[in-house]
This record gives sequence, structure tokens and C-alpha cells, in this order.
Amino acid sequence: MPETIRKITQAEAIREALEQAMTEDERVILIGEGVPDPKGVFGTTSGLQERFGMARVFDMPLAENGMTGICIGAAISGMRPVMVHQRIDFALLCMDQLVNNAAKWHYMFAGQASVPLVVRVIVGRGWGQGPQHAQSLQAMFAHVPGLKVVMPSSGYDAKGMLLAAIRDDNPVIFIEHRWLHGIIDEVPTMPYTVQLDKAAIRRHGKDATIAAFSFMVVEALLAAKALADLGIDLEVIDARAVRPLDMTTIIESVTRTGTLIVADTSWKTGGIAGEVVAGVTETAFNSLRRPPLRVALPDIPAPTSPHLTKDYYPDALHLARAIVNHLGATIPDAELVSRLSRSTPHDIPQREFCGPF
Amino acid sequence: MKHLLISRIESLYHTMLRIRRVEEAIAGHYPMQEMRCPVHLSIGQEAVAAGVCAALRQQDGVFSNHRAHAHYLAKGGSLTAMLAEIYGKAEGCCKGIGGSMHMIDLAAGFLGAVPIVGATVPLAVGAAWAAKLRGEDKVITVFFGDGTFEEGAVYESINFAVLHRLPVLFVCENNLYACYTRLSTRQPDRPIHTVATACGCKAVTADGNDALAVFDAASSAVADLRAGGYPVFLECSTYRWREHCGPNMDDDLDYRPKTEVAAWKAACPVSRLAKILGTLDEGQNFMAHAEREISAEINTAFAGALAGGIPQQTDLPGYLYA
Ligand SMILES: Cc1ncc(C[n+]2csc(CCOP(=O)(O)OP(=O)(O)O)c2C)c(N)n1
Ligand SMILES: [Mg+2]
Repeated sequence: MPETIRKITQAEAIREALEQAMTEDERVILIGEGVPDPKGVFGTTSGLQERFGMARVFDMPLAENGMTGICIGAAISGMRPVMVHQRIDFALLCMDQLVNNAAKWHYMFAGQASVPLVVRVIVGRGWGQGPQHAQSLQAMFAHVPGLKVVMPSSGYDAKGMLLAAIRDDNPVIFIEHRWLHGIIDEVPTMPYTVQLDKAAIRRHGKDATIAAFSFMVVEALLAAKALADLGIDLEVIDARAVRPLDMTTIIESVTRTGTLIVADTSWKTGGIAGEVVAGVTETAFNSLRRPPLRVALPDIPAPTSPHLTKDYYPDALHLARAIVNHLGATIPDAELVSRLSRSTPHDIPQREFCGPF
Repeated sequence: MKHLLISRIESLYHTMLRIRRVEEAIAGHYPMQEMRCPVHLSIGQEAVAAGVCAALRQQDGVFSNHRAHAHYLAKGGSLTAMLAEIYGKAEGCCKGIGGSMHMIDLAAGFLGAVPIVGATVPLAVGAAWAAKLRGEDKVITVFFGDGTFEEGAVYESINFAVLHRLPVLFVCENNLYACYTRLSTRQPDRPIHTVATACGCKAVTADGNDALAVFDAASSAVADLRAGGYPVFLECSTYRWREHCGPNMDDDLDYRPKTEVAAWKAACPVSRLAKILGTLDEGQNFMAHAEREISAEINTAFAGALAGGIPQQTDLPGYLYA
């Protein structure tokens, strides 16, 4: 089959990765609440039970912790389970199994068994998802040695990294973002992999490095484009991996730009942005021309009311303002506002969206 | 005796009709895109909330889940505060922080509802434990679905409640589905309440579309609990009419047999009592009056909620710690 590239949504790219992984390896099984239902986990699992049958694609009881252990048991016994949770918040119930067993099985039994498990978790946002349905918990997972944690932003990477995660012999936490699912990208039809431990430079620039995670890559690129018109040339790095963090790419960039700005989808305190800052200051302190800056969520849980979420999530405009301020540039705010004000309500990903998630 | 029964029927009917009309009004307003949060409507399941809460006193506590509107209203939660919350207003029961999935009205004994499935079941046991330790004359009820019964924390909670003989009523609303997934895909073929029995919990069942039957079952459970008896597990069979989350019907998705949907709609809990009341002149008058009174109340409450203030982001950090 000739290699073709076409434009599909990230949700479709994820679905395609699952389909190709199940085709190439019969040990791959897929399980999660709602996997075979008419909504198919936001379209990411649609049609897979029809294609691969009831013996490989499963719905599951609402029993996240026990089911995680059951998947780990299957993984150490010759299967390669892919588990999915519609919100990352629900995976908090799995923490005991993930942290105590999945992350340590290979290590504590001195390499005699491994856990080839992928746990897909989706970060919710918008339309009043609120305190228990909109958390972005990458730092909690990334704190745990033995887990691999990734957060692709592009559809191309989502497909390639999911295929790589399923082929990997270790537990991988695969973090998706609900606002990325609908974004269209050029994705090859054939199976391919993208490394699980490598950041990507999305835009080259000389004035400052922005290391961004997940949906913040979208916002960072918007901000960079607008600021380019105004004379600020930003380098945008898509971190892609959360554990292990690809500090090499980030440090190499900072040594050229002299400025580090980290844009994260989660809370500031104890977050992954702080880890990036620590890594740069430990090894490339002398390259820094000014203090590093973290652009992250305020240290409060997501509220529900749209009146309260208005400035909760930093978007491209917030980011651009923070950058201008940090660089001490003299750009009138009106210039930023005219270029970066959203034309859609702040709490929905696309204009067509009319709730609920 | 007969008069007592009629006034009981009238009161249950009123509670259910009020829930039904509120939920219909929410569904009607939702497309205007001003209620910007998920909503899980209780239409079709009103009898469980009405029957159980009629057996409770104001000081008794209730916990609930994502589908909380009916429980909150039946326990006496403020309608205006609930609507204001769904509209994200400062006067909402969580000042806009929670939305539809986070209901609370402490004055009414509605102790909290959150959307993490199973999250409030242990809390109810803890509240019952505290009541017992403090010597308070209180019963705690928790409402949860058939899907929630699959969560490990539920078994752990029942075990502790039985072990310590706590005054807690577990109410399982078995509507046969968790989102779009049928019970038979998630649990083996055995009645849910028998599992509670196996945990050593007293378990009873009621037709969850018959408010009188639910009331009778809940009343005798609550009487037992007040007398220091063992916790009770009440399984009520019922059915959700609309989509799992959102204001619409979703029968086009074809995940439930059309005959099943039709049969449950024919067993409408509100019509069931309306039929009884309709045979009496007094009952007919009561229903006509209830319809008018509720409609006026809902109009006022929506107007009040919509006129509410804008919550301030600067207030949020102040709520983080006590
Ligand atoms: C821990 C957790 N897992 C999954 C979900 C997603 N979820 C929300 S409601 C629901 C179904 C609940 O079913 P049931 O308990 O039967 O209540 P019903 O919706 O039928 O009233 C699910 C799976 C969640 N909110 N929390
Ligand atoms: Mg249910």
C-alpha cells in the first residue's frame, strides 16, 4: 500500500493507532468504561469491537482500581492491555495499582517480569467540568519512577506515540487532552512510531524558549505567531514526554535563547513546569539571561461557572502578555488583544460545540 | 386512615411533579447555552427520591452523586440556589464553583453530591458513624446507581457499616444502565441486593417507580435504624428517560431496546399516583392546584437564578482552606 498522508482529527488518529496495534499484535486488548458504546470514548474507540470482536475489546465494570490490577495481572501474563479512562480524574482510583504494582513490578523482582500496559487518560476542560472532571495530573504520575508518562499535542504524535507506547514493555500513562481531540493534523495512513522520550522543536526562534505541554503547545504557537509580528522571536518546544523529560532538547535551546518559559496545563506548585525549571537551572544556569518563568494554573481546583473559569486557564493572550512582561518588551496591550482575543467563548474548544461534554 | 393515605399520596405526588417540572424546565432552557455545565436529569426516577426522603426528617442527612437534582429537591434543598448554581451564579449552592454535579444544602440536611462515582458512599457511612459516636438521633442516606455498586469502596463501606451497626440507609437506584452500558455487560446475573445480604447487611427491594412502595420500604428501614438496628440496603428498580448526560432524548443511539424504553415510560411514577388521585374529586383539585403552584414557583426560581450575581474569581482562593 503506498504511503499516504491525509488530514484527520486527533481522535481519529488515536483510533487508527489502536486499530493498527491490534492488527499487528494479537496480544493487544482494549478495555475501558464505554469503549464499545455508541460514543466510543469521544470517537477514539468507535468500531473497534465490531472489527476485533468481544474477546479483545471490552467494556468494564465501574471498578477502576481492581480493573487496573486485573490489567496488570494480564500484562505480566502475556497480554498487552490498553486501558482507557474518559477523565484522568477517574484514574486516581487506580493509583495504588499503578504506583505500587505497575511501576515497580519489573524493578522489585529484578527484571524477571514486565508490565506492558498502556493507560490512556483524558484531561477534561471547559463547559463546567469543574473540580473533579478537569484536573491535569501529569506531575503526580511523573513523580513515580517506573512509569513512563507522555502528553502528545499533535495528531501525528498521538498516533505514533500511542503505537510506541503499546509496543513498549513498560507501563505508559498516555495523557490526552479533550481540546486536542478535535484538532486536525496530517497523519500518515501506515503504522509508525514516535519516541516516548523526545521533545520536538515546533518553531525556531532566538529571543526565548517556551517549553510547552499538551494543549499549551497550541496556545504557545498562537502566541509565538502574534509576537513574531511584533518583533519577538520565540522558540516553541513541544515537550511531548513528561517522564522521562527530554531536558537535552530544552537545555540546548535555552543555551541559544538565554530565556526559559514553561507553559503547563496544570497547577503551578509541585508541577512539571517546576521540574523543567530545576533541570535547566541545575545544568545551564549560566546560559540564563533572566529568571525562568512558569505559566501554569493558579493553585486552586478548576471552578465550574464560566464566570470563574474566564482567567483560570492561561490562553495565548495570557501567555503573550506574560512573555512581553517577562522580556520587558514595550508592546502596547492593544496589539496583543487585537491579535489574540478568542472569537469563541473561552469555555469551549470549537465554535460548533454546544455542550455538554 | 384513608385520609392519611390520601394526604401521603398527595404529598408524594407533589414532590415528584415538582422534580419532573423542574427537570423539564432545565431541559427546556439548556439549549440557550447559559447553563454551561453537564446536567444529569432524573426524569423517570422521581419516585425513589420522593419516597425515601418522605421517610426522613430534616435533621437526617443525605448524600448523592452526579444525578442529584431529585434527591436534593426531595430533601428540601433550595430550588433557586440549585438553579443559580447550574447557571454559574454567585447565589448558587456552591457559589458557582460546583455546577449541577455538586449540590449541597446543609440547612436541609443535604450533605453533598459529587460526580466521582462511589465517592459519597463511604462519606455517608462516616457521617453515620459520627452521628452514632456523638449520640445524635440521625439517619444518613446515600443514593447511588447500579453502576456505582461495582466500585470497591461500596463493599468496604457496607462492611464497616454492618460491623459497627451504623444508622445508614444505602439506596441503590438500579436503572439498568451506567451511561450507555447495560447492567448485564458489567455484572453477573444476580440481584444487586443479594450481594449486600451476603455482606451481612439487611437488604430489601421496592418498585422504584412506585413512590408509595419506596416510602413504605424506606419508612420501615428508617424506623429500624432509629431503633438502633443494622444498616439497610434498599434496591429500587427504575429507569432514566433521557440521555445519560444532557437535556435530550437519546433513543436514536439504539443502546436500549425500544420496547424496554416504552414499557418503563408506561410505568411513569408521576402518572401512577395521578391515576389514583384522578379517581377522587379532591385529588383532581389537588393536582390542578399543584400544577399551577409548581409552575409559578419554577418561573420565580428561574427568574431569581438568572438575575443572580456574577461570582468573583478573586474569592476562590479563600475557599481552599478552612
Ligand atoms: C470513578 C468514576 N468513574 C467513572 C465516571 C464516569 N461516570 C459518570 S456517571 C457514570 C455512570 C454511573 O452509573 P450509575 O451508578 O448506574 O448511575 P446512573 O448514571 O445510571 O444514575 C460513569 C461511568 C465517574 N464519574 N467516576
Ligand atoms: Mg445506572
